[in-house]
Amino acid sequence: MQGMFTDYEVGGFFDEMFDSAGKVRPHYAKLLARFADMDPAEFERKTVLAEHSYLNQGITFTVYSGDEGTERIFPFDLIPRIVAAKEWEHIERGLAQRLTALNMFLHDVYHEQHIIKEGIVPADIVHSAKHFRPEFMGFDVPKNIYIHVCGTDLIRDEKGEYLVLEDNGRCPSGVSYLLENRQAMKRVFPGLFAKYGVRPVDRYPQELLAVLRHIAPNDNPDPTIAVLSPGIFNSAYFEHSFLAREMGIEIVVGADLVVQNQRVYMKTTHGLKQVDVIYRRIDDDFLDPLVFRKDSVLGVPGLVDAYRAGNVALANSIGTGVADDKATYYYVPAMIKFYLGEDPILPNVETFLSAVDSDRKYILDNIANLVVKSANESGGYGMLIGPHATKEQIEKFRQAILADPRGYVAQPVISLSRSPSFCDGDIEGRHIDLRPYVLCGEKISIVPGGLTRVAMKKGSLVVNSSQGGGSKDTWVLDEEDDESPAPMQSQSQSQSSSIPV
Amino acid sequence: MLSRVADSCYWLSRYIERAETNSRLLHVNMNLMLDLEDADHDSVRAHWQPVLASLEDQELFNTLYDHVDGDSVMEFVTFEKKNPHSIISSISFARENARTVREQISSEMWEHLNKLYLYLRSERARADYRSTPHDFYRSIIDGSHLFQGITDATMTHGEGWDFIQAGKFLERADSTSRVLDVKYHILLPQGERVGGSVDLTQWLAVLKSCSALEAYLKIRVGHVTAWDVAEFLILHPTFPRSIRFSVDNMDRAIHRISGSGISGFHNEAERLSGQLRANIDYATIESVFEVGLHQYLDRTQLRLIEIADKLSKTYCEWLDESADAA
Repeated sequence: MQGMFTDYEVGGFFDEMFDSAGKVRPHYAKLLARFADMDPAEFERKTVLAEHSYLNQGITFTVYSGDEGTERIFPFDLIPRIVAAKEWEHIERGLAQRLTALNMFLHDVYHEQHIIKEGIVPADIVHSAKHFRPEFMGFDVPKNIYIHVCGTDLIRDEKGEYLVLEDNGRCPSGVSYLLENRQAMKRVFPGLFAKYGVRPVDRYPQELLAVLRHIAPNDNPDPTIAVLSPGIFNSAYFEHSFLAREMGIEIVVGADLVVQNQRVYMKTTHGLKQVDVIYRRIDDDFLDPLVFRKDSVLGVPGLVDAYRAGNVALANSIGTGVADDKATYYYVPAMIKFYLGEDPILPNVETFLSAVDSDRKYILDNIANLVVKSANESGGYGMLIGPHATKEQIEKFRQAILADPRGYVAQPVISLSRSPSFCDGDIEGRHIDLRPYVLCGEKISIVPGGLTRVAMKKGSLVVNSSQGGGSKDTWVLDEEDDESPAPMQSQSQSQSSSIPV
Repeated sequence: MLSRVADSCYWLSRYIERAETNSRLLHVNMNLMLDLEDADHDSVRAHWQPVLASLEDQELFNTLYDHVDGDSVMEFVTFEKKNPHSIISSISFARENARTVREQISSEMWEHLNKLYLYLRSERARADYRSTPHDFYRSIIDGSHLFQGITDATMTHGEGWDFIQAGKFLERADSTSRVLDVKYHILLPQGERVGGSVDLTQWLAVLKSCSALEAYLKIRVGHVTAWDVAEFLILHPTFPRSIRFSVDNMDRAIHRISGSGISGFHNEAERLSGQLRANIDYATIESVFEVGLHQYLDRTQLRLIEIADKLSKTYCEWLDESADAA
């Protein structure tokens, strides 16, 4: 290893940049050549430069403490995560397969429930899922698409194999960071891109727009589309407004909308204007106080009624939470087999369901070595990392599992892959994951890459931004520039990023 | 355009203009202060009191500070977060409004405003304020001008822009009337006569507060009288901070919003705005002084408030209004 990487240690983990012998992986070779020459001061300067541009653009999330909120930027690490073309091809096919199965599952559980009748998924798992919406049994969603935007979290184990950690099929966030990270990298390292053949990501907003147009009621060729946001106090507001701007559509809050005669309108300076498609970034619970939570001031009274009448389309559909429930997750490989007759291309992480008697016994016996997750929480909340937990924390979870077996799942601690990251003036390995954004409209499409999240704290396995995580730019390389051997057996030569559903 | 968006465009523009006006007032008053000989307690107080009077924040000020002097008034009008009209509050509100319409305004506008906001909240701003207050206030005034320039150059001149113009000119007409009114609140020191040297200095300061001194002197070479200054600041047709110019442009913007041409009216906001415009177009400085300068300015301010209210009811709160009526 050379330059700034001289003292770098792989440390017994799967490292994205170096193999176990410390030799640089081929698709990182040019990056090493460029970065090795730099000194820490220059790196620091570039980091500050990037962070300033985030701050000036207001790419921030708000942390509330005391009487006023503080705006923070999402920490950004300058060393990109690079995905070789063949690896990406594998990921892409796996994600498309998975989302296809999840959408078929959602149609099924809200209609005939074949998968329950055939004994593949227990009825109880579906019906007791917190986000299952029995009110929508038998309802046909526009174009039969339930999840239009899916954020699937991938990790790599110690062998470098990509595994699915969880699916986010409700309102996954973070895509704006994927796009802004690329902008920041281009500003800070303009020269690198020309040499590297990095596949562009900036078409995402247009592809999302195409998905939203696709589901417009009555095949309206010129639909009015809006992003529905909880408002500027929401931590993801920047992203909502970013996407609206990039798509050239309105961003609305609940108070901007009104429902009359089962139609949704926005209040404009020249009267009411009908809205055909809503990309909502508000959870089901808050969408419509007449149907869901009565105390919601974020939603629109009558919205669900208009949706049922087919006068407005929603993305994502209502009730998709049953598919990204962590207990449902356990059954996704079986689901893929059941609906598609295929083996899953991207495996799950080994998972134990505390609702299953034998699994529960295993969990309770081995809790100190497992990661226990609440089935319904997201964002790194409601989670126990056994090896890092105190006796009290473990006992609390043990009681919670006994009290509510349906509410918990457990997984072995996976030593996530690491990537060199610039921390406190030095380059050290940090654990990372990857969240690609999978769009489902006329067909499934995925922008090359995703949001690579980094656990910036030394040794930490938690990458969520609410838990002190940062992010990196993610580069997927063009085929011809790819010097890396495929880490896994390639099953197809498809070069297209779009796979017909 | 969404009603909420129109409302935010209008307010973000008003708040920026307000921050600029406050910066001018302080900048000029601070300068004047330097000319003040034998500054004792009372004269310092007499010097700063009118600033508070023109901003109509006297009561709040009294609850926060013990006595009126340069430091307390400047702090109150510049950095006091509890003062909703302070420069820092105005810029914060402007930015908050801009944030809700980020996808409507250009990125350049947003970034500029955001930088100004971050600067004002930074330690650097405090340090600049202490060491070089002139440059500090100049930088805020420049910040406002730059924002206007960026807005003109990068934002589509459509409805959102019209709301920004309406807000800007409405606020500016109001500001100029207040700055002019400051002079009404200043008592001449004992022994000084109207038209004397102190009186002259004060009128010059009023002109400076409106960046109007140079323009004024080109027209009235060597003549600085109450009559002429008031005429210039109220009735000049093309000076961009005169009340007439501001009302003119506000009225044009308001009429552009409905898209119904400059003459006549189609809603209350247009009717009141057109009426005020006609009133000023056909006024003479004699008729103003006949009413009394202070009374005239006061009346103008009330009309502007009414126009703002009707503008909001016509375009931004119309649905809530009809819901209430039903």
